[in-house]
Amino acid sequence: MHAIEILGLEKTYRVGFWRKRPKQALRPLFLTVEEGQIFGFLGPNGAGKTTTLKLLMGLVFPSAGTARILGMELDDRRMKAQIGFLPEQPYFYDHLTARELLRYFGQLSGVEARQLGRRVDRVLERVGLQEAGGVELRKFSKGMLQRVGIAQAILHEPRVVFLDEPMSGLDPMGRFEVRSLIEELKSEGKTVFFSTHILSDAEALCDRVAVLHLGELRGVAAVEELAAGMQAKVEIVWQGNSVPAAVQALGIDCRTAGDTMRAVLPEEHQDFVLEALIREHLRVISLTPVRMSLEDYFVAQLGEPVSTGKGDSAFGQPLRSIPEPASDSEPVGRARL
Amino acid sequence: MNSRVLHIAVNTFREAVRDRVLYNLIAFALLMSAAAVLVGMISINIERLVVVHLGLTAISFFGTVIAIFIGIGLVSKEIEKRTLYTVLSRPVRRWEFIAGKFCGLTGTLVVNTFFMAIGVFLALAYVSHHLNSFDFAVLVAVYFIVLQFLIITALALFFSSFSSPLLSAIFAFALFVIGSFAEDLRGFAGMTHGIARWLATGAAYLVPNLSALNIVNQAGHGQGVGAGLILFNSAYALVYTLAVVSAAVVVFERRNLK
Ligand SMILES: Nc1ncnc2c1ncn2[C@@H]1O[C@H](COP(=O)(O)OP(=O)(O)OP(=O)(O)O)[C@@H](O)[C@H]1O
Ligand SMILES: [Mg+2]
Repeated sequence: MHAIEILGLEKTYRVGFWRKRPKQALRPLFLTVEEGQIFGFLGPNGAGKTTTLKLLMGLVFPSAGTARILGMELDDRRMKAQIGFLPEQPYFYDHLTARELLRYFGQLSGVEARQLGRRVDRVLERVGLQEAGGVELRKFSKGMLQRVGIAQAILHEPRVVFLDEPMSGLDPMGRFEVRSLIEELKSEGKTVFFSTHILSDAEALCDRVAVLHLGELRGVAAVEELAAGMQAKVEIVWQGNSVPAAVQALGIDCRTAGDTMRAVLPEEHQDFVLEALIREHLRVISLTPVRMSLEDYFVAQLGEPVSTGKGDSAFGQPLRSIPEPASDSEPVGRARL
Repeated sequence: MNSRVLHIAVNTFREAVRDRVLYNLIAFALLMSAAAVLVGMISINIERLVVVHLGLTAISFFGTVIAIFIGIGLVSKEIEKRTLYTVLSRPVRRWEFIAGKFCGLTGTLVVNTFFMAIGVFLALAYVSHHLNSFDFAVLVAVYFIVLQFLIITALALFFSSFSSPLLSAIFAFALFVIGSFAEDLRGFAGMTHGIARWLATGAAYLVPNLSALNIVNQAGHGQGVGAGLILFNSAYALVYTLAVVSAAVVVFERRNLK
């Protein structure tokens, strides 16, 4: 059985106050996620990630299409008891403490009263809020709210967990903790479906990713394939204010910062530039690989609107042919059915 | 009651209490004690009338304000702040949410009214030195006021399930005012002719008949209240409330959350 099966979900909003114009937030989407996987849902701002999650959660209704979670319809109560959801920038009842909120949500999810207290304590500890259980949520910082949001999503031990940008608002330690938490969920046999626009998060975690752009699915693949398509860059910093002529000839943009120079260049020119610097006796201070965020990637490769079809060749085409590693019986290239 | 409806109701009640809604009781207590002491000093045999009038009007006023101002936020605030997302992604039906919210607020109002009613009876006992059987009418009047709260809460909830808080407040308040004159409205409707009569009569019967639920005058003068009226008013308020809450559910079931 598929954990998630999206069959042509589509959403068109009507925007504008007077004369309503249709705004297609999500084009017909076909996607399946296997049980036990960590699945990344990638795309730049406004791609339609949140829209997809809201459709799956029954918070908005599709213009067309259906979906099944754990083989059940979206309005099936038995299914809802087995899923967890972290909304984007979550916000909770101001008047409750974290512990009260979790108790309330546990009750709504049908957690047995006997187990509730223990579950709440455990989950608070899991998200690093054991100290803050008795604090009113109005006094919570953004990152703490995010942690409560994660806690309420996993409290009732759901089989499928949906997380909308789980790392946003977290400090580096928090990001690391959430990463390990997602990995733990996987090791418990749970399915995790999370949206993000940070490629490194997806790289670190996901078995598979789907890329969405302007409401359209551009491809489904394992992460390595996605990263392989990207041109790696490095940042070199050296002492002094001079730029070797050979480097200048490459047309690389160099900037002064105090008494150092800084240049970002494609990885393939790295050795050439370093040699040029050494030849001129310039002292190299640092050499750092530059992590491209997905936004950079989209700006570089998916800048054009979808309708022209040109954007596809850069990215969508090769991805569609990549076979699914987990099970070869499943069709993969469902992006464009 | 369904356990999810109950949990949502309890949470709504808790929110109202923590938002210091019950603080209005302090204002009410001050008002009643001041009135009782003042009337006791004047003493021209209308003490009872004044205390009953003032007390019941205050109960009605405070409760109506709470019903409208909290009622309009019951749904829209949860949509606006997106607290609803994590509720509706659980095995909670949308109608259960509406029902829970409604029960929570009416529960708050019942508790609030209960304490106010105690205040009125204390004041009554203070000015007339004892309670007599006429005071039963005051109890019925309080009960009818609670029935009014059911209707007003349902209306506020209904409007808030599709419009902004400000508009909801205006609509609910307008219907409260019109409903308070429902009986006069029905009289006017009877005086018109032709198609206007049909329309006017329809409108007059569509607005909540809050004037039938107002027996402050009878209670003030210690007149008895028939069992028939109690029964009829209870049935009327229940049916009207149920219809409006159902309408709210129908609207909310189809709604796309922001
Ligand atoms: N309620 C709405 N009414 C009208 N348009 C909407 C509505 N919600 C979303 N949209 C539009 O749908 C598109 C997709 O939005 P969505 O929130 O799904 O993006 P996203 O991928 O989650 O982006 P982000 O990374 O910024 O969270 C956007 O163009 C947005 O303007
Ligand atoms: Mg989003």
